[in-house]
Amino acid sequence: MARIESEIGTPQGGFMKWIDDRFPFTETMKYHVTEYYASKNFNFWYVFGVLSMFVLVMQLVSGIFLTMNYKPDATEAFASVEYIMRDVEWGWLIRYMHSTGASFFFIVVYMHMFRAMLYGSYRKPRELVWIIGMLIFLALMAEAFAGYLLPWGQMSYWGAQVIISLFGAIPFVGDALVELIRGDYSISDITLNRFFALHVIVIPLALIALVFVHIVALHEVGSSNPDGIEIKKKKGPDGIPLDGVAFHPYHTAKDLVAIIIFLMIFSAVMFFAPDLGGYFLEHANFEPANMQVTPEHIAPVWYFTPFYAILRAVPNKLWGTILFATAVLLPMFLPWLDRSRVSSIRYRGWIYKMALTLFVISFFTLGWLGVQPAEPVYVFWARIFAVVYFAFFLLMPYYTTIDKTKPVPDRVVYHG
Amino acid sequence: MTEDVDRNRRHFLAVATAVTGGAGIAMAAIPFLSSLKPSARAQAQGAPVKVAVGSLEPGEMIRIVWRGKLVFVLRRSEAMLGRLQKSVGFLRDPNSEVVEQQPDYAANEFRSVKPEFLVIQAACTHLGCIPLTEFDVGPADDWFGGFYCPCHGSRFDLAGRVYKGVPAPTNLVVPPYRYLQNDVVLVGVDSTGAA
Repeated sequence: MARIESEIGTPQGGFMKWIDDRFPFTETMKYHVTEYYASKNFNFWYVFGVLSMFVLVMQLVSGIFLTMNYKPDATEAFASVEYIMRDVEWGWLIRYMHSTGASFFFIVVYMHMFRAMLYGSYRKPRELVWIIGMLIFLALMAEAFAGYLLPWGQMSYWGAQVIISLFGAIPFVGDALVELIRGDYSISDITLNRFFALHVIVIPLALIALVFVHIVALHEVGSSNPDGIEIKKKKGPDGIPLDGVAFHPYHTAKDLVAIIIFLMIFSAVMFFAPDLGGYFLEHANFEPANMQVTPEHIAPVWYFTPFYAILRAVPNKLWGTILFATAVLLPMFLPWLDRSRVSSIRYRGWIYKMALTLFVISFFTLGWLGVQPAEPVYVFWARIFAVVYFAFFLLMPYYTTIDKTKPVPDRVVYHG
Repeated sequence: MTEDVDRNRRHFLAVATAVTGGAGIAMAAIPFLSSLKPSARAQAQGAPVKVAVGSLEPGEMIRIVWRGKLVFVLRRSEAMLGRLQKSVGFLRDPNSEVVEQQPDYAANEFRSVKPEFLVIQAACTHLGCIPLTEFDVGPADDWFGGFYCPCHGSRFDLAGRVYKGVPAPTNLVVPPYRYLQNDVVLVGVDSTGAA
């Protein structure tokens, strides 16, 4: 650490020494990469953090290239997207990469979050890692929402109309806030222009900053593992956790395999079914925005539909908005809702396993219900599953306390 | 540092600096936040719109655009006006008591200046979808014609009054308007000035 003034400029030590005397390069690489020790028994679920980062980079790169041809102007936006699709060399690939990437971003992030719920990754001392992660999730939702307006299709327009109107439910300031978001009396060219600024500058900057903080916090406390025990408690004489292996080259080699498999699946969708039957790109969005015609059936893209189904299940605007927001924010409190003695699902009792199963079923069912028309039978089922969704979180302090747990091992174990 | 540092003085100066700096940042934020409000051009484009209603047949409706929003102008027939009485029992706010939803001069049983002409914003008060026009009676027992929002199932009668038990909290909004002549309506402005 201590760098003596007279050392600077001496020829010994070569280029890296010259750099290290001025910038902590080697030290940082060691701390975060080559001497960052993570558990050796990571399984399938532990690749989604790296995959999320990979998709983020993919979105940044494809997004930058899209801005070179896209026009954030209500009269030109729709046509400029078609221009990218038809006339720009490889434009269709870049655009489909970006639109498919948006959906895959949510897939890997949802898997990443589910991993935390399986193995209690959000528990002490990783509460901040989890909260920062939830902020990333919120920023990602905002980013996806702002980006969805840009093609200026029918669903862009009316989806934005519905979601911006949610802010109008806030007592007293709602209407003024809605006008401030739109910058006009209705969604217009002005709204499109500012959503473009949000989508390409404001939120990506916030996302990158949050991802950075997420990793700094993670490396401070160390990664969790499928046994939910602290590998730092058992260290060898060299001070290295006995169950830890260096992030590079061991985990990076495994992550590279994950990235290759991910790209195979991603490419299959991108090349052969970029709209995925209307789930990744909604059919109504192939028509330009028309403020005089509401599409017959408005549904957000699939990654918002579980929360949207909850919104629709409530026959009251203010309460619908409150429950919608609560459903999104509740997972943030998981570190304090979970009172179990153990972290990992491996050592939890049947009650938590059943609760988590019901939660997953309710999340998928709500997601499916959210794309159905607003007919009474779907609304009825959305109410049932919304209750299950909220019960999972709100009853957690109770059922995790009474749940019978199994003894936790001292060292990590392999399962098959 | 010496022992005789006046800590109270240091503390006061630190707080004073923080408060002054904070006030400066708050002031500097005003132009940025104000730039997000509807601009002069957006306000100018939101100018009032003149509508000739004389050629409308009873039961006929036209759609106009004011401030980028759709506005319905419906000429209600005698029969339609009569049906407004029947829906009253099913409504959340039959007497237009929520003041923000209409100007004073439309806070009557017809929610309009002249009973036959309904001028109403075609934006569901739930989440802003355009309601469909379903002017026929039935098949539901409580339906006497009105507006139905396809997005989340909100229902409104022929005066844009909201039904009970639907997600929309309030009646459809009546924009400010006045009659220039007997059969010409100016939407977006009334005797008290522009909206």
